[in-house]
Order: sequence, then structure tokens, then C-alpha cells
Amino acid sequence: MTIEPTGNQTITDRETGTDIVKRGLAQMLKGGVIMDVVTPDQAVIAEQAGAVAVMALERVPADIRAHGGVARMSDPGLIREIMAAVSIPVMAKCRIGHFVEAQILEAIGVDYIDESEVLTPADERYHVAKHKFRIPFVCGCRNLGEALRRIGEGAAMIRTKGEAGTGDVVEAVRHARTVLGDIRRLQTLPEEELVAFAKEIGAPLELVRETRALGRLPVVNFAAGGIATPADAALMMQLGVDGVFVGSGIFKSDDPARRAKAIVEATAHFDNAEILAKVSENLGAPMTGINVSRLEAGERLAERGW
Amino acid sequence: METGPIKVGILALQGGVAEHAGSLRRAGARPVAVRLPEHLDGLDALILPGGESTTIGKLAKRFGLLEPLRQFAAVRPVWGTCAGMILLARDIGADPPLLGVMDIGVRRNAFGRQADSFVTHLLVPEIEEGATRPFPAVFIRAPQLVAASGRARIIARLADGTPVAAREGRLLATAFHPEITEDDRFHRYFLKIISQAGETGPPETIRASSAGENR
Repeated sequence: MTIEPTGNQTITDRETGTDIVKRGLAQMLKGGVIMDVVTPDQAVIAEQAGAVAVMALERVPADIRAHGGVARMSDPGLIREIMAAVSIPVMAKCRIGHFVEAQILEAIGVDYIDESEVLTPADERYHVAKHKFRIPFVCGCRNLGEALRRIGEGAAMIRTKGEAGTGDVVEAVRHARTVLGDIRRLQTLPEEELVAFAKEIGAPLELVRETRALGRLPVVNFAAGGIATPADAALMMQLGVDGVFVGSGIFKSDDPARRAKAIVEATAHFDNAEILAKVSENLGAPMTGINVSRLEAGERLAERGW
Repeated sequence: METGPIKVGILALQGGVAEHAGSLRRAGARPVAVRLPEHLDGLDALILPGGESTTIGKLAKRFGLLEPLRQFAAVRPVWGTCAGMILLARDIGADPPLLGVMDIGVRRNAFGRQADSFVTHLLVPEIEEGATRPFPAVFIRAPQLVAASGRARIIARLADGTPVAAREGRLLATAFHPEITEDDRFHRYFLKIISQAGETGPPETIRASSAGENR
């Protein structure tokens, strides 16, 4: 039986681009893996492996690092091809503060915009005013203050930055521990100390109050930057993040399809060591990686954004 | 039946699991995460949450959950929201069905991409006698319900008549996400379906009653 419209059971029209709708998509990505891809073929591999979304890029962070130069928004043609290749959500990056790149990504119709420190910042003082956009934004952070500043600007999802393109998970751990630790500290504070705390971390007071009441960020919080193995993904999940971004870690490894699938399985079963052992077998070599402690200060992408 | 709160499993492979758990607790039930077949033991009902249906479907397949979930749905109440509705449907378009236990047809992402995701307010008399308070329905890259046949019937529609929720006996499907709102009337409605299913008496064992199923 095909259903015939019968009408008039609702009383208001559709509202798009509201906070609940923008934050809601991130809620539906929880427990999942978002993978960087640079071609439609890679996007299909990611979808087949079970990625919840893909990040459409011209170069993965490891190559951005290697090539140097100014890293910008990807070619809209490439982003459209990737959108056409898969049925899962497609994200794309704009430079920090580059609201015109963001407008272009909105016009293309991507599902999420990542205002990302992986690209070269376009503005050294101001991030994009994100409330104006119908498309939701995800932004990076290293601590609670940075997370709440971005949410105050309209970010509907947060990711801890880690250090992209390194394959070294140490910064991802540092940033996740810092954000989650800041929240635990906030929860122990008496009411009268909240204004001073908000001032100290440079965050809007209302969001500080909301975070304290919720015991977590008011939006979904993924980990990013250096995750290269199933164990890395499960480590971040056990620390308490809602899901993971894997950038260079998949397509810079020996067997991307296999590694992608294993990281998806490890993220779903992050607290089951037997499953983690099984999915970690015979994956071939991970990306070679760069030890973060050897990076010069100027080479650290996480320090971009404020 | 043993005493204590109703135990409702939530398929916890990926997606909006914590949100359903919160709504269930507010409605007085006890949520239980289901990641492997053995986690279904002793549950009164199950929720298939929203998330990415391709991800959830693949993980369910890889970890041997599809058949146990079908057997569970043959005898106990199951509610699918968004991606969960896709899991339940017998017809999901070009791809083969995932669980294929409910007589509904759905189309993935038929409402469009994220830019088209929306909130609206629905009057759903089914969930509450004499309901006059509209229900806030959040549609996120939502699948569309395109057909209901057999015993499945539509219980909610948009203003333009588009069907967005269906019920078939103890099976419930919604294209939208009651779990991300503060309104827990849909969860209470599901708990009512569970207690009614309990009164009519659950089958002796899941295995015995699913023997006649064609899947």
C-alpha cells in the first residue's frame, strides 16, 4: 500500500538550522569514526569500512605537513564528487576565520564544516561567527576554555585537536585529558567561584554553568590528531570522548580498507580487550608517523586558533 | 515476571545511545547497552537508536547480531528511531533489508542533506489519549517512510501528509528523534507497548516462537 497524504495534523512549519538540529547530527555520529579522504574512491572505502562520515580534503594532514605552503579549502568540485560517491555525511574544512570559504562550503551543501587549524589560518584574531550558518560547524580545542569559546561562537560539535598528521597520539591524549579534567575540576567548584573560573579560562559564564550542570560539554566531543591504530581509537574512547576522527592514519597505512574497518570495530567495542586484540591482528604497517616531541614550535598545528 | 523496572536494551554499536538511556531513565525504565548477542538475554524490549545505518548495519553483521536481533523482534517490543527504523524495515530500496522484520518501506536520507534537517511539531493522538500538546519532532538527515502494509499502520504525519511514524503490534518506528528532546512521551508510549506485550504473555522462549518465522 502506498501512503496517500492526508494532511493537517501538524501545527507549525519546519525550522532548519536550529541548535538542536545542528547538534543533533553530531549526536548521531557518536561512537563512530570520521575519516579523512582525498578521492571519491577513498570515500567509498571509508563508507564500506563503516565510517559514520568522511572529511573531504585535497591532502591529508601528513601531506600538508610534508608539502608546506598555504593550505586552503579544498576544490568544491572534488568535494561534490565525494558527496556524490557516498550516502554518509560529508564534512569539509575551511580556514580559521575564513567565513567566505565557510559560505562556499554551505553553498555546496556539505553536512558539517570543520573550521580547522590543519589549514593555514586566515585570521589571527577572530574565528568565524558560526551561528549565522545553517550548516553546523565542528571546531578544535585543547582545553575547556577554547571549547566553550568555540561553542559560544556557534560550534555544534567539538574535537580535541591532538597533533594532526603525526600518527602520534600523545597530543590527542593531552588535549582530551585537559578538557575532561577541566570539567571535573569545574564540577567541584562552589557557585561563588564560577565567575572567576569563567574569567580564568576565558569562557562565557552561561556555558560554564551549563557544562557544570551537565558534567560534560554541551555538544558532542570527538578526539582527533594522531590516532593511527585501533588501540589508539579505543584509548580515546576509554578516556571519555564521544568518537574519533582519523586523518592520515588510514590512507597513509599499508592496508587502508582493513585498518579502517578495524578502527571502526575498535571504536564500537572500545572496552572489550578481547575484541580489540582480535581486530588489531595482521593490519600491516601503520603510518610511519612523526614523534611530536621532535616538532619545532612553529610546526605544531594545534597552536593555531585561540 | 520478575519485579523491578522494565529492562530496555539499546543497541549500542554507534549513535544516539546515551540520549535514549536518559529518556528511558526519566520514564522509569532501566536502560541496558547491547553490543553482542548475549547482551539481549533477560531484556524486556529493545531500542534501535539513530546513528549511521550503514555503520550500525555493518557492525551488527560483523558481530553476529542480525539473526539474534530478528529473533528478539519476533517476540519482544522493538522501537527503531531514524537509522533504527531502517534496520526494522522490510523494504529499504535497492539494498537488501537489514533486519527486515516490519512491514514498512523506507528510503534513506530522503529528506535531504543536513541543510534540510528540521524540527517541527506534531500532534500524535496515538501516544497520549486526548493529546493536545504537540510533540517536538527532530528530523536529522532522516529516512522517509514510504509505505506501510499488512498490520503496520501510520501513527504520525507531517502537515503535508508525509508519514513519519508507524506501529505494527509490538514494533514501533519513528523517522525522527524523540530521544534528543526533553519530551519523553514517546518513551512512555513505548513502555506502555512493553507492559501490554507483557500482559498478553510473552512466548515461552524466543527460540520456540521464532521457529515459524520465515527468516
